[in-house]
Amino acid sequence: MKIAEIETTHMILGKSGRNKLLGLISLFVFCSALASSAAPKSDGGSEGHGAVTSESEINEYILHHIKDAHDFHLFSYNDAEGHRKHIGFPLPVIVYSSKGLRTFMSSEFHHDDSGHHVVESDGVSLVKYHEKIYELNEGAHAVEFDEAHHPTNAHAVLDLSITKSIFGFLLVSILMLIAFGRLAKQYKKQAVPTGFGRVLEPLILYVRDEIARPNIGEKHYRRFTGFLMTVFFFIWTSNLLGLTPLGFNITGQLAVTFTLALFTYLITQFSGTKDYWKHIFWMPGVPVPMKIILAPIELLGTLTKPFSLMIRLFANISAGHIVVMSLISIAIIMKSTLGAAGATLLSLALSFFLTLIELLVAFLQAYIFTMLSALFIGMAVEEHDHH
Amino acid sequence: MTIPNLVGAGLIVIGAGIGLGNIGGSAMEGIARQPEATNKIQTAMIIIAALLEGLAFGALFLGK
Repeated sequence: MKIAEIETTHMILGKSGRNKLLGLISLFVFCSALASSAAPKSDGGSEGHGAVTSESEINEYILHHIKDAHDFHLFSYNDAEGHRKHIGFPLPVIVYSSKGLRTFMSSEFHHDDSGHHVVESDGVSLVKYHEKIYELNEGAHAVEFDEAHHPTNAHAVLDLSITKSIFGFLLVSILMLIAFGRLAKQYKKQAVPTGFGRVLEPLILYVRDEIARPNIGEKHYRRFTGFLMTVFFFIWTSNLLGLTPLGFNITGQLAVTFTLALFTYLITQFSGTKDYWKHIFWMPGVPVPMKIILAPIELLGTLTKPFSLMIRLFANISAGHIVVMSLISIAIIMKSTLGAAGATLLSLALSFFLTLIELLVAFLQAYIFTMLSALFIGMAVEEHDHH
Repeated sequence: MTIPNLVGAGLIVIGAGIGLGNIGGSAMEGIARQPEATNKIQTAMIIIAALLEGLAFGALFLGK
């Protein structure tokens, strides 16, 4: 499948893009080679990374996948001696500790996520516990936890690491820059794009003519088309990347959807006309006591719109990932009743159909986010005729 | 997940299901009466379904 993917991308990208893609691939291969030489240290089956067989382990594994991670972990296996091997590559950890900025690769943690492995970095002791990095207090050599699993002798640090989601975020950005940059360059020479641009052009026109224009209005839609297009293609590409076996969950991170919704919120508020604000604070056409009651409700209404945008995208994508992974794990759970072949076949069939639905959801969520953003912006820039 | 949480989640899903059923059913009726307005009805349907979905997910998220 990978070869076919690369071939189609080659066809799509043409000559100049091919060089860039080759560069990317070689970077990828280089990183993986680096990782497999440095990272795989056996640990007999630590938390979250051991063999997954029981129901509780599956639950834990799924939750682990939904969360962001500090290293890029593709899969694990047991070698001939029974040691656990991890395949993936480390990502840079950038933390702002009490003694300043510290950077190192996440392989320093040796796949430990239970806070046992202490990394010394220029006089700062750091541990990773449930994908959170803590700095040990002065004099402490091992982290201790209270009943609620909060460390007692360590404190959280400002974590600016390139995590798995941020890596995916950058990957999507690079892919979009290559694809749309090429399309923009083509339009300077010819009216009809070639290659992958032919796939993108109708989508761009769709966003402009079916989402931006009818919802924002003929007069203002041009100003916002760029934002809507970026949001649409970013969410869609991220959602599709989440369906590949690489294990990304970019739009299923609350921080990512929060930022996207924040952009919509700020753009809506800053492009609001006088009428828009008047309808919020001093609703025309209703009695004065009602105006006083309506103002806080309307003000709250401006916040609930981006809040529901944020929750909708996050919950849909997270739920999709959880259900797909649960269906895949049927192969493990039902093995004793249906036999290995039957359980695998069942989980394969179910997860295949669900993945098809997820393909639709990936597009639909991008569409809905863009559509509602356009609708909210349209409400803010709308000019009311005064009666 | 405690039992009140699960019951609450079930209630949310029942409510959202009824709502989505109403939206879908009405849209179907509308399309059957006016097949030429299919696109407009579908767009409106998806927007309203998305608003309802946002509400339901918000409740599920807050009750987690």
